[in-house]
Amino acid sequence: MSHDQIRAELEAFLDAEFSPDLSLVEWRKRLLAAGWAAPLWPAAYFGRDFSQAEALVVSQVFAERQIVGAAQVGPRRLAAETILAHGTSEQKLRYLPKILTGEHAWCQLFSEPGSGSDLAGASTRAERKADHWLINGQKVWNTSAHHADFGILVARSNWDLPKHQGLSYFLIDMRQPGVEVRPLKQMNGHASFNEVFLTDARVPLDDLVGGEGKGWAVATTTLSIERQGFARGRSQGAPAAASAGRVYEELARELEIDNEPYTWYPQREGRPDLIMQRAQDTGAIENDVVRQEIAKLICLTEAARISANQVSAHQKSGGQGVLPAGSIGKLGASVIARHAAHVHTMISGASAMLSGPDSAADGVIAETLISVPAISIAGGTDEIQRNIIAERVLGMPKEQRMDTGPFRDIPRNGQ
Amino acid sequence: MQTVLSEDQEQFKHVVQRFFDAHSTTTAVRKLAETETGFDPLVWAQLSETLGLPGTHLSEQYGGHGFGPVELGIILEEMGRTLYCGPFFSSAVMAGYALELFGDDAAKIERLPQIADGSIRATLILDDLNHPSRVGGLIKATPAGALTGSAPIVLDGCSADVFIIVAQEDLGLGLFALASKAKGVEVAAQDSIDMTRKVARVTLNQAAGTRVGSVSPRDLNRFWDLTSVALAHEMIGGAARLLDETVEYTKGRYQFGRPIGSFQALKHRCADLLMSLEFAKAATHHAGFCLAANAQETIYPSMAKAMAADCFMDMARAAIQLRGGIGFTWENDTHLWFKRAKCDEVLLGAPYQHRARMIDILQEGQDVA
Repeated sequence: MSHDQIRAELEAFLDAEFSPDLSLVEWRKRLLAAGWAAPLWPAAYFGRDFSQAEALVVSQVFAERQIVGAAQVGPRRLAAETILAHGTSEQKLRYLPKILTGEHAWCQLFSEPGSGSDLAGASTRAERKADHWLINGQKVWNTSAHHADFGILVARSNWDLPKHQGLSYFLIDMRQPGVEVRPLKQMNGHASFNEVFLTDARVPLDDLVGGEGKGWAVATTTLSIERQGFARGRSQGAPAAASAGRVYEELARELEIDNEPYTWYPQREGRPDLIMQRAQDTGAIENDVVRQEIAKLICLTEAARISANQVSAHQKSGGQGVLPAGSIGKLGASVIARHAAHVHTMISGASAMLSGPDSAADGVIAETLISVPAISIAGGTDEIQRNIIAERVLGMPKEQRMDTGPFRDIPRNGQ
Repeated sequence: MQTVLSEDQEQFKHVVQRFFDAHSTTTAVRKLAETETGFDPLVWAQLSETLGLPGTHLSEQYGGHGFGPVELGIILEEMGRTLYCGPFFSSAVMAGYALELFGDDAAKIERLPQIADGSIRATLILDDLNHPSRVGGLIKATPAGALTGSAPIVLDGCSADVFIIVAQEDLGLGLFALASKAKGVEVAAQDSIDMTRKVARVTLNQAAGTRVGSVSPRDLNRFWDLTSVALAHEMIGGAARLLDETVEYTKGRYQFGRPIGSFQALKHRCADLLMSLEFAKAATHHAGFCLAANAQETIYPSMAKAMAADCFMDMARAAIQLRGGIGFTWENDTHLWFKRAKCDEVLLGAPYQHRARMIDILQEGQDVA
């Protein structure tokens, strides 16, 4: 299909079907029925089998005409793409539509208090009963779990196999008595995440994804989608909510809830964008030591930006070779955030103590100073990124493993 | 503006890479380091005549090939990787760029073709190698062109045929040319930390220079940008080589019954070094693309010089540290790069000076706007 044909067909559809007075769900149902909600997906599952280039035409038209698309923000995308890749036909038909319409919110139930970086060491227990799986354990760092209707869950279904082979991947109904969600307050005062306690929670046998013992392979798909999201940034798919009409009002409400956990995310990146202006406003720019530190920060931010551009240009031109882009970019973001916080502190001087009304930039700087430690942990710690870079890019030898053999024999926390 | 190398540039890189892999082995480097002139005339002739490298970045109308800072950068990156010993940086880059930017037309017509084809080896005498604003403090020119003063560090001063000299005149800086054997010229070899790049002190006493151009502050800044970016390419080439060899070493060296590269302490150091190298490379290549697109007064050349210098030095320190005792021996090759890194770090301005220059440029830009 030519790009012009795509555009023409989509425009005709929008002219006929779109109205700002529709409810958000009703509009998305129409999108879904016509295959425009997820054009990259297979035609058999609500999509159009489009290439990236073809899908880009669709998002361009949506942006030009301020059209509301499918629900995308938050962990629901991880669930959708994983179900699409590994789910049964029945699972896809059952779960995907309500993800796209936004009727169902999802959360990710992977990390545990006892398994953070070592995700495959999960010890939440899944026992197979006659007509369901019985789940017991605790999960943590679950963004938006308090709004979620369903969760993607990794749990241990076999304790006698080596750790990666004993995991299974489930779709779990969060609205049941065995699931308790508690907010987890962070050091910066926000509570973007939750702890989820699973006590005799039940999963129907049909909601196992990828087969018993295949949980690690399925989880790997979810994680790679998550990492792509980290690289792409978070804001996407939302037209300016300023437009009037029911569909936009409902979208604004949805986004407010979905984006709430992420309001402090710019601060965890150190806000290097505010440095130069602050240095000039305060006169700190005239200090030679501060100038040096600002120049170092500019070196880092600019090099990270240029490097990312070069990598994407290289990939677009079909370039070959190992590109350590992901992990290096992530490690770079940590260095930048720490250095920016350091320079903000130099600029503030003693007033860096304040977080109230007298603090700089309405508290944004104070929030930055106490949010930066998150960036080098979330999505894989700096130490794990360094291991990945060393082993996969530089080809350095792996460390000898202490966690082979049956999982029940591996030393764990609290034993 | 370019973002990555074109196909032609990639091909050129392969040609240059093959040449220096063959002709600048560490055996050759060690041999030349022990000589007085520090270069192999046969290799110089080949790289000049067969590949035409010295004229790469010089204008076609003056006998060059009309390419730019990107192609020159490709050459220097390979030279840094193999630690090429020879007067390329002094003659083609320093003297070549000085004539191209500061020279009057007659001087360019007369002198640049010989620099471009390598038949003449020139070097640039700057009495200060730290900051463009400090040039001209030590060498003075009379209105008649008599040059007096001294430059403590002149690259390849002992082997150059011709000196191109920046000297202080009554009003501003002038550019002069002088045969290295002329009357009133005294050249004394200086010992350098880096035996792979020869330096000399040149003292002028009423030497009769030919005035060949004038040096405006704006042009001198442009010259500083071009040469700093060229040098940054040399540094990232050297740093990349050190990382490759250091990582290989950690894979083959066994202690405590395992390759030392399997220890996280070393892995994490190497990962950090790779990030530093990728960032320095990105900055350096981007600076080359900016200069090629004729962008004026941007922060990128100084950013490249500062980042490449810190990266190369950091890499050199780690290359020795991760080898342990053997890395500190004369026999091991690592110190050759370490010493080049130390000298490149300060040649044309130390990192802190380039960082200060970045902020100066940003503030000037705002004053204009």
